[in-house]
Amino acid sequence: MNLWLILAVNSVTLGGLLFLLSAGFSLIFGLMRIPNLTHGSMFMLGAYLGVTCIALGLGFWTSALLAGLGVALFGAVIERFVLRRLVGAELAQVLVTLGLSFMVADVCLMQWGGDPIAVDTPPLLRGAAKIFGLAFPMYRLGIIVIACVIAIALWLLLERTRLGAMIRAAVDDPQMARVVGIRVSHLFTIVFALGAGLAGFAGVIGGPILSVYPGLDQDMLPLALVVVILGGTGRLLGSLVGSFVVGFLYNFGQAMFPELAYVVLFLPMLIVLVVRPQGLFGRVPL
Amino acid sequence: MKPAALVIALLLLVAVPFWVGNSFYVNIAAQILIYAVLALGLNVLVGYAGLVTLGHAALFGVAAYAGATLINAGHGPVVVAIGALGATLIATAIFAVLALRGTGLGFVMITVALGQIAWGIAYRWISLTNGDNGISINTRPAPFGLSLASANAFYWATLVVFLITVGAMAIFVASPFGAALCGMRDQPRRMTALGYNVWLTRFLAFLFSGFWSGVAGLLYLYYNQFISPQTVALSASAEALLMVIAGGTATLLGPIVGAGLVIIMKDVASAYIERWNFVLGAIFVLIVVFMPEGLVPGVARVWRRRR
Repeated sequence: MNLWLILAVNSVTLGGLLFLLSAGFSLIFGLMRIPNLTHGSMFMLGAYLGVTCIALGLGFWTSALLAGLGVALFGAVIERFVLRRLVGAELAQVLVTLGLSFMVADVCLMQWGGDPIAVDTPPLLRGAAKIFGLAFPMYRLGIIVIACVIAIALWLLLERTRLGAMIRAAVDDPQMARVVGIRVSHLFTIVFALGAGLAGFAGVIGGPILSVYPGLDQDMLPLALVVVILGGTGRLLGSLVGSFVVGFLYNFGQAMFPELAYVVLFLPMLIVLVVRPQGLFGRVPL
Repeated sequence: MKPAALVIALLLLVAVPFWVGNSFYVNIAAQILIYAVLALGLNVLVGYAGLVTLGHAALFGVAAYAGATLINAGHGPVVVAIGALGATLIATAIFAVLALRGTGLGFVMITVALGQIAWGIAYRWISLTNGDNGISINTRPAPFGLSLASANAFYWATLVVFLITVGAMAIFVASPFGAALCGMRDQPRRMTALGYNVWLTRFLAFLFSGFWSGVAGLLYLYYNQFISPQTVALSASAEALLMVIAGGTATLLGPIVGAGLVIIMKDVASAYIERWNFVLGAIFVLIVVFMPEGLVPGVARVWRRRR
């Protein structure tokens, strides 16, 4: 019984991390119509930057924020100077993101070496919390809280601000958005940087659980892809539900069928693709 | 002019073991031919059907893994070939049914996800695939009693398969089926209006493409006598796609030139630097940004302009 509960907590934690990763992925896909294949690399790059900041003596949370900002800046540079050159050629953009992901992975390997790096849990959240007589690791609960806060912040940003209204307009109909005077190409840069920054931030706060290692990018990217295929693109709710579904499937799959964890992950995606290709909450098919 | 050029090219290819001498280079030539078969197969989808897939290494891998499993179970080369290609066709059909639910970039995304799942199975399903350690085999087949153990003999056997592939591609390109596929790439709605079944044609093209990827996978298994999850990784799919795009999509010669280019660069690069993945990524970015049409059409255009 206790084991299942712990697994459930872990699943929700992973779901929270995946939400941070895939919310940006989904927004970028919704707005720019490209699957950003550097997204896993952003997660890993953020994690490594965070490790370096922590090694420099900065606090965990400061490091996480700095790494997120750094990756956001990197994302903005990529969007502004590489992807912008290829506007209209979506396929070329995807291939460029793929090429960049290999370059980032190799630079990380060069800079930080091939050994996994463990990240210490921040002192404030060490230990366990007792709830109903059961011990839960504080840090995992902390991640769930952070994910909820960011989900609400993103929702407010998208639904309650002028910027959010412009993004929603551009997701729904980019041409009309341009006609009414929204500078859609600026939104591209902002959303790409925001998505990259969230992924980088998620990389750092995922560090104490996942640790940081070469290949982290290749582990996270398919999870983000499955989340978005399940949940549908360009919708926050889709990413949220998709993330938790994938979090549960991944953890329970690994615990119950360790050899087939990937197949367990893949079956629901298969069913969704066959029955509802636009995803559970999406409006447009892929 | 053209038949003469073909004959000369053919003679040059047959004579490769004599003019390169060293068996190291003969092996590289065999590798180029194997990957050229894969790239030609991939080109059916990427070039003629306009469906860019990033999961093709998985199909290549299915053939190799199925072949290795059958060989280690003690089956002969004929059973191995039928089993491996059959398994590839089944995997391809699953890929096709799922991926064709998406269009454009959704298609790309689904193939990435499917390819990563194949990688996950190769890596994690240890009782089937032996995980990270991979599967070794210790024989090469001996068709008609001819041993393929030496580098030269294996090169010639690969060349035969390669020529069959090129022939099949030439027939495919000239066939009404190939023309219909190109029509669907450019104007799917008009083709539907003309009464063509777009989905079915694409599905069959996917199977055709997967079949040749499986052939390449089986050749690779016999060449390398070892298969590991690295073979089905995303970077392997990206390499195959780079071959097609670098050489020139929807041309017969492009994928062959691309395969040669990538394999030679990979071997040269890995002899001097460890950073092949960085080089692969950088070439990808440079080609897409500066020469999106690929080398063969690009050079042909320059050539025509000069004349």
